Amino acid sequence: MKILVPVKHAARLDGEPAFDGPAAVDSDALEWQLNEWDAFSLEAAQLLAEDEEGSEVLVATVGDEEAEESLMACLAKGADRAVRVWDPALAGADALAIASVLAALARRESPDLILAGVQSSDAANAATGVALAGLLDLPRVAVVREIQRDGDGLTVARELEGGAAEVVKVSMPALLTIQTGINEPRYATLRAIKMARSKPSEELGLADLGLDAAAVAAAAGSRTLALAAPERGEGAAMLAGSPAEIAARIAEIVREGVRA
Amino acid sequence: MSGVLVLGEIDRDGVRPGTAELIGAGRALCEQGAGPLAVALLAADAGSHTATVNLAGVEEIVVVPTPTERFEPHVAEVALEALVEARKPAVVLAGHTVDSLGFAPAVAARGGHGFASDAIGLQWRDGGLVARRGAYGDKLAVELDFPEKETVLVLLREGAFAPGEGGGGATISQLDLDLAAAPRSEQVELREAPSGDVDITEADLLLSIGRGIDDEERIPELQELAARMGATLSASRPLVDAGWVSAARQVGQSGKTVTPKVYLALGISGAVQHVAGMSKAKTIIAVNSDPEAPIFAIAQYGAVADLFEVAAELQQQFG
Repeated sequence: MKILVPVKHAARLDGEPAFDGPAAVDSDALEWQLNEWDAFSLEAAQLLAEDEEGSEVLVATVGDEEAEESLMACLAKGADRAVRVWDPALAGADALAIASVLAALARRESPDLILAGVQSSDAANAATGVALAGLLDLPRVAVVREIQRDGDGLTVARELEGGAAEVVKVSMPALLTIQTGINEPRYATLRAIKMARSKPSEELGLADLGLDAAAVAAAAGSRTLALAAPERGEGAAMLAGSPAEIAARIAEIVREGVRA
Repeated sequence: MSGVLVLGEIDRDGVRPGTAELIGAGRALCEQGAGPLAVALLAADAGSHTATVNLAGVEEIVVVPTPTERFEPHVAEVALEALVEARKPAVVLAGHTVDSLGFAPAVAARGGHGFASDAIGLQWRDGGLVARRGAYGDKLAVELDFPEKETVLVLLREGAFAPGEGGGGATISQLDLDLAAAPRSEQVELREAPSGDVDITEADLLLSIGRGIDDEERIPELQELAARMGATLSASRPLVDAGWVSAARQVGQSGKTVTPKVYLALGISGAVQHVAGMSKAKTIIAVNSDPEAPIFAIAQYGAVADLFEVAAELQQQFG
């Protein structure tokens, strides 16, 4: 079985944001790492692959050179092969534009299964995976928290609101979006981290996938007009002082609030 | 290309409360010049839910009967594609819910439509839609527009828009589609939420813990603190995912929605999915080491501090 795991080198904003023009964050204000959800989708892929000899887990990302770090992390955890697609025209691409690039890659690779994270921790669109399924006309299940191989297909549990779940069967090829907590992602050993660089890894441009900047722009679902700190209304009244002083004030508020 | 089409959401309990918010948001756009407001209902028994969505401003309700009793994402995908083709709305509004996430992005990608998810604000500006949403864990807000898109599909965050109200005088029509071959997943089982030994929705005081607790061995001292305070212990998703706290104690979109008198959040940053389950608590107190944590925007009281130091002092206060 060949499993494609699209991953994202995701950004985290710590402290005060700095801006680079009206519609982008200064990248120096960001910390980057493998998207939290993708550690779970990769682990799910590896577990399925380990159950069937001759399986391959292919990780792919759309990202600049910095994103190599996340691909290497995936190879170190045990992915077999990595592909990175990049073109400067992809800077700031939205979920649908990224899905169009991944669709072209998936058509080239013909995986039996695609496991994508439910969402990325930075943009949180929760859209790329299911958009990809749409473009490839694949059956899909979103927000999956259990997977079992079931003959030629899969039996999976998808999360419903309020803690309920629906168990459904789908045939393959298929795409699932994977929720955190579905498994316990493994850590890479030191030896595996060293070995990761010797695993097959490929860099592609848009032309290699039969795409160009115009095609990606047309696939985009939106344009970012502006990016700013949100209006926050009043916000919280901040309690200052030592931990003891803060605790004393919290105790007061709690006692008063519970009595009310 | 004109008008707003709201995709009502029907689940096991009937029309979801969020549908009234979609209608409220749609009506506001129509008042800003987006065109007429219609509501579509997709379900086996869609026709029996029209009264619930016949709110002020709704001009038409389109009933689309589906072949499956349960929600099936591929059926919804085909039906929404047909609705967009038939009505050519300028804007389609649906909920940012687990069901919508299974088909809406696919419809947008296949149709080449404009798309935004988890929107918290909408505006009809100069003949086109502008949507607002969060970024970087809601630490920033982004404004999006959709140039050259004839139809824009937007998923709205539940609780972010005022619900529509009042009685409407909508005409009711039915769109019959051949959906017999559309289902591509088959239900095996429906599992109810774990009930466990505790009902966090009944508590007046919740001591809620999150990712800031980075060590399982620190859980007992927080359990003890909860007991001393007379609080029920609850948690955000990461601690449940890690198996440190039982699923019955999870607050948020995929857990329980709680409305205690006091919600004391220790080490919870305030991700959207968590806030959805606790924003209606009467008093929210948040302790977090990150001064930029979004939870401070919705809390009445906040403290930037080490949660374990504050917890230790709270033990003294309730000793």
